[in-house]
Amino acid sequence: MKIVMAIIKPFKLDEVRDALTSIGVHGLTVTEVKGYGRQKGHTEIYRGAEYAVSFLPKLKIELAVSSEQVQAVIDAISSVARTGQIGDGKIFVSPLDQAIRIRTGESGDEAL
Amino acid sequence: MKFSPLQKAALTAVGVGALGALLTFDTALAQAAADAAKEAAPAAAAPTPNKGDTAWMLVSTLLVLMMSVPGLALFYGGLVRTKNMLSILTQVMAIVSMVGLLWCFYGYSISLGDGGGHYLGGFGKAFLKGIDANSVSATFSNGVVIPEFVYMVFQMTFAMITPALIVGAFAERMKFSAVMLFTFLWVTFIYFPIAHWVWATPAPDDLAAAAKALAAAGSDAAKKAAAQGKIDELIAAAGWLNQGKGIGEFLMNGSGSLDFAGGTVVHINAGIAGLVGAIMVGKRVGYPREAMMPHSLTMTMIGASLLWVGWFGFNAGSNLESNGATALAFVNTMVATCAAAFSWLMVEWMVKGKPSLLGMASGAVAGLVAVTPASGYAGPMGAIVLGLIVSPICLIFVSKVKHALGYDDALDVFGVHCVGGVIGAIATGILVAPSLGGVGITDYTNITGNNAGTYVFGQQVISQIVAVLATLIWSGVGSAIIYKVVDLVVGLRVPTDAEREGLDVTDHGERAYNY
Repeated sequence: MKIVMAIIKPFKLDEVRDALTSIGVHGLTVTEVKGYGRQKGHTEIYRGAEYAVSFLPKLKIELAVSSEQVQAVIDAISSVARTGQIGDGKIFVSPLDQAIRIRTGESGDEAL
Repeated sequence: MKFSPLQKAALTAVGVGALGALLTFDTALAQAAADAAKEAAPAAAAPTPNKGDTAWMLVSTLLVLMMSVPGLALFYGGLVRTKNMLSILTQVMAIVSMVGLLWCFYGYSISLGDGGGHYLGGFGKAFLKGIDANSVSATFSNGVVIPEFVYMVFQMTFAMITPALIVGAFAERMKFSAVMLFTFLWVTFIYFPIAHWVWATPAPDDLAAAAKALAAAGSDAAKKAAAQGKIDELIAAAGWLNQGKGIGEFLMNGSGSLDFAGGTVVHINAGIAGLVGAIMVGKRVGYPREAMMPHSLTMTMIGASLLWVGWFGFNAGSNLESNGATALAFVNTMVATCAAAFSWLMVEWMVKGKPSLLGMASGAVAGLVAVTPASGYAGPMGAIVLGLIVSPICLIFVSKVKHALGYDDALDVFGVHCVGGVIGAIATGILVAPSLGGVGITDYTNITGNNAGTYVFGQQVISQIVAVLATLIWSGVGSAIIYKVVDLVVGLRVPTDAEREGLDVTDHGERAYNY
């Protein structure tokens, strides 16, 4: 099992969800986050006081998938979340030791 | 408006300007005496309030109240950080409530209600003594009165908003108890006296009656002396900036300063008190290193818009009746604000690269401030020029001068209200000129031409500057003393930890937004 964590542009969430649903992913978790990468941020001016806004709003999505599904998930996210501009985000994949569905007690792939 | 021949004569004769400005008084009286002697008019019945005037003034009173709550509270509240939103709303509403009480207890009496001298009124109407539903107050026209309750409560709303304007300067760091104690002392020792200086004016009807008595006295020395005594008594109760007597007699060459709706009393007064406060209370923790962005420009825009609407009560209502001069003040308020909002937007677009909403809202307020003293005197084109000019100057103050000098006037009370107020006050002395479309030095109920005074450019501008300096000095020095006293009694600032956490939780025990 793998955990896929992706940082995406906020307005891409619905497309990403649709793409993942179409390849059989049944759940994901979304968090509003701020951060910076190559997209450095921007400047805001309030009555002449300039503030560098160096952390930009992004969404973090996390989903647990079986090892066989990982490549399909990566392809789905990268194809719809891409605009070609700096700031499209990143995808991180890491191993997942165990997964348990609390309601039934199922574990492993069955719990995903 | 229709006048009897006697009233017309008196109107021509008595040079009473808007909320004050009694000019070339002796000449006017002499002419009144001559006119009155020619006319064998029957004794006029005591004037009664007109229902239209009364209704308009009650509506104006509500509009000015709306400027404070919620207008100013939202305008300021949107500009602070989330953690201090409620502290601003609470301070503004608490000041409004407290000053309303003080106004009834003694404020009305010592500023406008009860004669007194050039510098302060008496205590004769403390606790609104002697005022009932039948009492009337004079307006600026002969034979036109409004109920005294209406006049009292209209002027109350001005006393409410002025100290509320100051809180923007020391926002996000001053203790609530200190704000309240400061406000109590400040309205008592600064606002009420200055309101008397500028706005205490003899009733036109009283002057006309005294002038008629003087003329009727003929060669009877005793009657003449009595009538002259009455006139002297009326003048002695008028504020010095209004009348040009007392200190003004020396400084101002007998000329009165012009302030239609309170550029000096309200805006310069609050603006300089704010600057002194920003310096004496000190900078916010982290200023200017940390980002202190406005938490909701949406609310600031709503607040600025409510201020704009409410300001029609402030400026047009200051005519105290409903007529053509009221409409002139209304139009000037409208166009000067459009000009100032637009010019701030354009200048910022050119200089900073982007036209900002906050800039436009700030420009609208700067334009409203600047047109306040000029609203009943300038012509509409003059008011537009004033609006176009005031915004770039205020923009320089809030974006350059403030940072260069390093004081933390958190919400730019000085940069907008004091600077805009000074520009407006001095410009009023210029834009009143008939050659520039102004109404001239006149009884402004008589716009069609019968000027009671002669406009002299230099003299009028000097009068305006004297009024500005007098306000800056009295309010600046007086406020510094009051801040010091408050610091000794309760302390000005909240502890640093409380400031970091935010005044909403530490001062008031509640939070603006619970998502």
